[in-house]
Amino acid sequence: MIGDANIVDFLLQFLGQFDGIDVIKAFSAIGAGTAMIAGVGPGIGQGFAAGKGAEAVGIRPDSQSDIIRTMLLGAAVAETTGIYGLIVALILLFANPFMG
Amino acid sequence: MEGPKIYGYIYGFPITQTLVNTWIIMVMILVVCAILTKNMQKRPGKAQVIAETIVTVMDSLVGQTMGKDKMKFAPWMLALIMFLAFSNTSGIYGLRSPTADLNCTVGLALMTFFMTQFFGLKSKGLGGYLKGFLEPMPFLLPINIIGEFANPVSLSFRLFGNMLGGGIIMALLYSALAGLYFFPIVLPVPFHFYFDIFSGLLQSFIFTMLSMVFISGAMD
Repeated sequence: MIGDANIVDFLLQFLGQFDGIDVIKAFSAIGAGTAMIAGVGPGIGQGFAAGKGAEAVGIRPDSQSDIIRTMLLGAAVAETTGIYGLIVALILLFANPFMG
Repeated sequence: MEGPKIYGYIYGFPITQTLVNTWIIMVMILVVCAILTKNMQKRPGKAQVIAETIVTVMDSLVGQTMGKDKMKFAPWMLALIMFLAFSNTSGIYGLRSPTADLNCTVGLALMTFFMTQFFGLKSKGLGGYLKGFLEPMPFLLPINIIGEFANPVSLSFRLFGNMLGGGIIMALLYSALAGLYFFPIVLPVPFHFYFDIFSGLLQSFIFTMLSMVFISGAMD
């Protein structure tokens, strides 16, 4: 029977048998994958922008170029947070600050 | 996708791949300009029609986005979009894109940032410029200052992340296809079309549009 406090000890003991660099690499890979969950937000946001853009073109087909321009601009701004997640993932994979 | 190589040092300054490719792209733009505007006449030839179309389209874009009173920004915006369009699509002709280096994009975004501040200060005056930070409520001053500095960060990271992400996906695709016979010739074509041409041109358009919106927003 392992108590609450013992789980942490057990985990640290388990990780302690590996090389420190390997542990850092493994957790960095997990962190990079987790950081890319940020891609969900821009997906939803850009989908909203595209849907509303299609609606607007359906209502006023004559001002299509203006609508598309505004929509692309809004989609690009919505993309920013996803790009931040991508940058965090790239830093963890290629320029890892924890590896010294 | 590797980082930009360092070719050598001049007085301690590293000469990176980004720098060299930027110069190559500058030479390419100069050559295109020289070809398109050679031997200009009252009745335009083919090359002159292309050049006039580019300038007219950019003029109308600047007029619509920034207003007719800010047409003096049109040459700068055309130069910006031409450089970005050439460098973002440089993956097709084998150059490493200069915009896949954070140094380049931060430089471009800082130019927009300083232009925003300078022309905002110039057109509103010092009082109006400082008062703009206190709107809509005075206690939002720190938020406004942070928001002002967030503009170049998001502008540069957006371009850098898009270009580097596309390059990494292309490199992964090529390494995955390396063992197959003829697939490396056929399969990457649609990916090149999307990541280099579509995404590159879209990002250069967006960078220029956002620069225009920021500058004209600071001036009004």
